[in-house]
Amino acid sequence: MTSLPKTTGKKLGLVTDLDICVGCHACAVSCKEWNAGGHSAPLTDTNAYGKDPSGVWFNRVHVYETDDGENTRTVNFPRSCLHCEQPACVTVCPTGASYKREEDGIVLVDAEKCIGCKLCSWACPYGAREYDADDGVMKKCTLCIDRIYNENLEESERQPACVIACPARARHFGDLGDPDSNISRLVERRGGYALMPETGYQPVNRYLPPRARKDQAGDTGTADHLDAAENVDSGHSFFNWLDKALSR
Amino acid sequence: MDPAYSVILFTSSSGAGYGLLIWLAFTRLSGAWALSPMVAVIGCLVALALITTGLLSSTFHLGHPERAWRAMSQWRTSWLSREGVFAILTYPAALVFTAGWIWDAVPPIAMTLAASATLILSLVTVISTGMIYACLKTIPRWHNRWVVPVYLAMAIASGGLLFTLVLAASSAARQQTLILVMVVLLISWMTKWAYWRFIDRQEPASTTGTATGLGHLGTVSQLEAPHTSENYLLKEMGFSIARKHATKLRRMALNLGLLLPGIMLVLAGMSNGFAQLVLLSAALVLGLAGIVVERWLFFAEARHAVTLFYGRSL
Ligand code: SF4
Ligand code: SF4
Repeated sequence: MTSLPKTTGKKLGLVTDLDICVGCHACAVSCKEWNAGGHSAPLTDTNAYGKDPSGVWFNRVHVYETDDGENTRTVNFPRSCLHCEQPACVTVCPTGASYKREEDGIVLVDAEKCIGCKLCSWACPYGAREYDADDGVMKKCTLCIDRIYNENLEESERQPACVIACPARARHFGDLGDPDSNISRLVERRGGYALMPETGYQPVNRYLPPRARKDQAGDTGTADHLDAAENVDSGHSFFNWLDKALSR
Repeated sequence: MDPAYSVILFTSSSGAGYGLLIWLAFTRLSGAWALSPMVAVIGCLVALALITTGLLSSTFHLGHPERAWRAMSQWRTSWLSREGVFAILTYPAALVFTAGWIWDAVPPIAMTLAASATLILSLVTVISTGMIYACLKTIPRWHNRWVVPVYLAMAIASGGLLFTLVLAASSAARQQTLILVMVVLLISWMTKWAYWRFIDRQEPASTTGTATGLGHLGTVSQLEAPHTSENYLLKEMGFSIARKHATKLRRMALNLGLLLPGIMLVLAGMSNGFAQLVLLSAALVLGLAGIVVERWLFFAEARHAVTLFYGRSL
């Protein structure tokens, strides 16, 4: 059914910390690895080892540069389905293959019903849907529906593959509809934001903005004894010498 | 947006078909023109053939054509589904309407009802086609008030060019009628002109800075793309034609779609018999070519919000 549920019991989603994402693509690769055998399998690759490879991925990691005239910054930016609350990707679907689950808000495609008209991918502003030309159906992030409820996995493993894979712990999973959940508190504390609110799609996922640079951040809370080495006088001429020699 | 030939073919061919049905049904209801019944039947059949060609072309373009029937189910929310439902509903009405011209078994009241239903359903189907595009907020050059009028006007104008042949074959292609078709053609391209003016002046509501939410850090540009070669998103939604080419093609569309058919219609008004038929056929072919170029541009000039994430602009 492409009519949207009025409310969803939970609002499961992801939070991505742009301050600490190192852009290693581990989340994207791990997503590909899990989902190539999961709910939406296979994620077809064409010409994988040729000159012009292409394939279906649910997660893509962009790298942006910001420039305010004085300073530039590099921001790594993973992009995947945001499991929107008002997703037109669902309402435009003519077959009912696309739907939003009432119990947890996850947006899915029923591969048995999809006719591969591609309209849903046109309706998604975030580029979260990729067509599998081999299967003739649309594919997208499932929030690892086959992991998060999977009783065959250890409790700690019942999280999306991208969250588990991230070596920097830049990705978090949880119920963004519950204001007291850890993930909601994290969003609150860090001023997490939704992408392109002007679309009216109301994404569930949030991004945590890069923190202010050290020179603009005021008191960073660093303990005095950890501050720059030149301020340290150990009282020992040997150590002072060593400090100077090593600081050169 | 990628200008897929199946969609261009579908919208122009079925648009012309519905346009012709609109003219024929209007003629039947108003009695504005005296058509020879046999010619009217052939006209109806040509219209249905054009519609069917369009529908089949878009169906075979699907990943799973054998599941196409499922597309009728979500009419509550989806304009694509509504288009499918209206397109299918048009068939029974149009078939009764076609038969009614020559078959006495269709009583006049049924014929009037069938003509009305054909007229209304044809209009609504074309409007639904326009709405499929106009409802997409992700593509500002489609999400505006000009898209549906353009689809409707182009369908009626191309149907009008077809209709002149029906008239000529019924020896009823008088000068006033050809002038009327010319005016309709002019209005349709004026609507398109208004659309072009509108998209040329549209201020993009989003940039890479607003899309990523990083704008407060300064100008945002893409330093490194997520993948080394094109993916589905860029192939399907990243296609964009350079402005200077678009300007040339717009001129070409106007020449093919308006100027040349206009000249042919004027000449046809001054001739009769076989010469008139040839001139009107030329007007039709040129007019349709103009619409195909216009439709190609409709896709090629449209930019999708996802390209913002790839550092492009809307
Ligand atoms: S991010 Fe795109 S695919 Fe995912 S729910 Fe939102 S609109 Fe749909
Ligand atoms: S491609 Fe499949 S899921 Fe997407 S709109 Fe078409 S039928 Fe629905």
